[in-house]
Amino acid sequence: MPALLANPDTQFVLWALIKIVVILFGLLGVVSYLTFAERKVAGHIQARTGPNRVGPFGLLQPIADVLKLFFKEEFIPAGANKVVFHIAPMLAVIPALVSFSVVPVGPNFTVTDLNVGLLLFLAMSSLGVYSITLAGWSSNNKYALLGGLRSSAQMISYELAMGLSTVGVLMLAGSLSLVDIVHAQQRYWFIVQQPLAFIIFLITAFAETNRAPFDLPEAEAELVAGFHTEYSSMKWGLFFLGEYANMITISSIAVTLFLGGWNGPWLPEPLKFLWYFAKLAALLFFFMWVRWTFPRLRYDQLMLLGWKVLLPLALLNVMVTAVGLWWAVGR
Amino acid sequence: MIPLLFAAFAAVLVVSSLLVILHRNPVTSALFLVLAFCSLAALYLLLGAEFVGMVQVIVYAGAIMVLFLFVIMYLNLGHDVEGGVQIALRRGLGWVVGAVLVAEGAMLLARGLALGPETPQSPPPPGGNTRAIGLLLYSRYLFPFEITSLVLLVAMVGAIVITRGRTTPAGPTRAAAPRAAAPPAAPAAGPPDTEPADVPAEEVHA
Repeated sequence: MPALLANPDTQFVLWALIKIVVILFGLLGVVSYLTFAERKVAGHIQARTGPNRVGPFGLLQPIADVLKLFFKEEFIPAGANKVVFHIAPMLAVIPALVSFSVVPVGPNFTVTDLNVGLLLFLAMSSLGVYSITLAGWSSNNKYALLGGLRSSAQMISYELAMGLSTVGVLMLAGSLSLVDIVHAQQRYWFIVQQPLAFIIFLITAFAETNRAPFDLPEAEAELVAGFHTEYSSMKWGLFFLGEYANMITISSIAVTLFLGGWNGPWLPEPLKFLWYFAKLAALLFFFMWVRWTFPRLRYDQLMLLGWKVLLPLALLNVMVTAVGLWWAVGR
Repeated sequence: MIPLLFAAFAAVLVVSSLLVILHRNPVTSALFLVLAFCSLAALYLLLGAEFVGMVQVIVYAGAIMVLFLFVIMYLNLGHDVEGGVQIALRRGLGWVVGAVLVAEGAMLLARGLALGPETPQSPPPPGGNTRAIGLLLYSRYLFPFEITSLVLLVAMVGAIVITRGRTTPAGPTRAAAPRAAAPPAAPAAGPPDTEPADVPAEEVHA
């Protein structure tokens, strides 16, 4: 046994497992309270109080919600493709959790520092389409299928603009590793040099997470509940969890790329991670604020915005950044 | 540990590739192809080619296969629609080509050509191989790179021409006509919105 523990491979695996468990449970805890925060924020935006019955200030509400979800009846439609119907909810959560593994939370706390960290995030977000598309297809329900098709068209269109909006940051930092990108922002944040890219990234982030004003895959006014119409119990809960986990991941990437990650004044080195959490919380609040403020886009408006506005702007941003860098470095 | 991981991913790759061609349901076939692409990406990662591995997932699994699935679902393909001589011909050709490939592989293995790397392993460059690939693409392989992008551009233009060509030669169809027909129709009596919502042809993506 000691020989096995002394093996560097085993140590590596153990260490990684410990970090993964910490991140996983931390993330799941944050997700459950994010739902609570969303309901509270929504309530106050609409001049209500939000949930306040379970526990002090309603703080135990998420626990009650999860218990309720677990005890609900699970229902599988008759004509459904059973295997795919089971796989789809898992695919909703896994990509978000995987891409969180490259996010630098604090000066010395990342699960892994990949030298292609940003590409891993883009790869995982492109795999996220499958959960919604497959859920819509396997349910054998026309509303679900429509939601699934809409979502695949929407996410493919917005992925391009999202990928291009990060290119400017890559050029400035000269690295694909998120840790290096954070280190490159010690003097000032990249939002100063890349304001346009930040705006494009935020808009595409709303579209990639299927949040309002881009929540067409589950537009309840036209599609009942869209891709998850036929889902119930904890399978529905996984889609819910996936949406919030995606929100956290994509906000973390935005914080890392544009808002300086854990960089910030005053705090000593070991407490710098608090800056990261503060920025993350501000962005998440912004996500909720937008959801309860803007109406949903029409489908053709969505495509128009993605292809004719965001994509050319992102390309323009890449060009301007390249010229600027050439001018600054070449002289 | 690396040979073990290689064996696992290679096994997944072989099994899922086989299931792509053996499964009856087109959607399931497409999903196994996604799995095959992902395990191939894992093999690239094990070889130290992290950029190629990630791009494999982004481009093939994340974009191309999603479009494939989109089309399969859109057409609602439940089973093979073809039959008769054509499919028999294609199947026969497939067997011949497959047999040739297997024979080639067997010959290579028999001569011991596929055992071990030919070039000695070099340490990875300091900036990761992303930087190395970028530098090579824009210096040594610039011309092939530009040619490839030109070919892709031609394919894109071709696709746009094909989708537009269907609506224009048939005369004043809905997609082509409304702008031209609007001025004379406007003063005529009748409900103002007889013209259906004019969605231009270029709105249709995917």
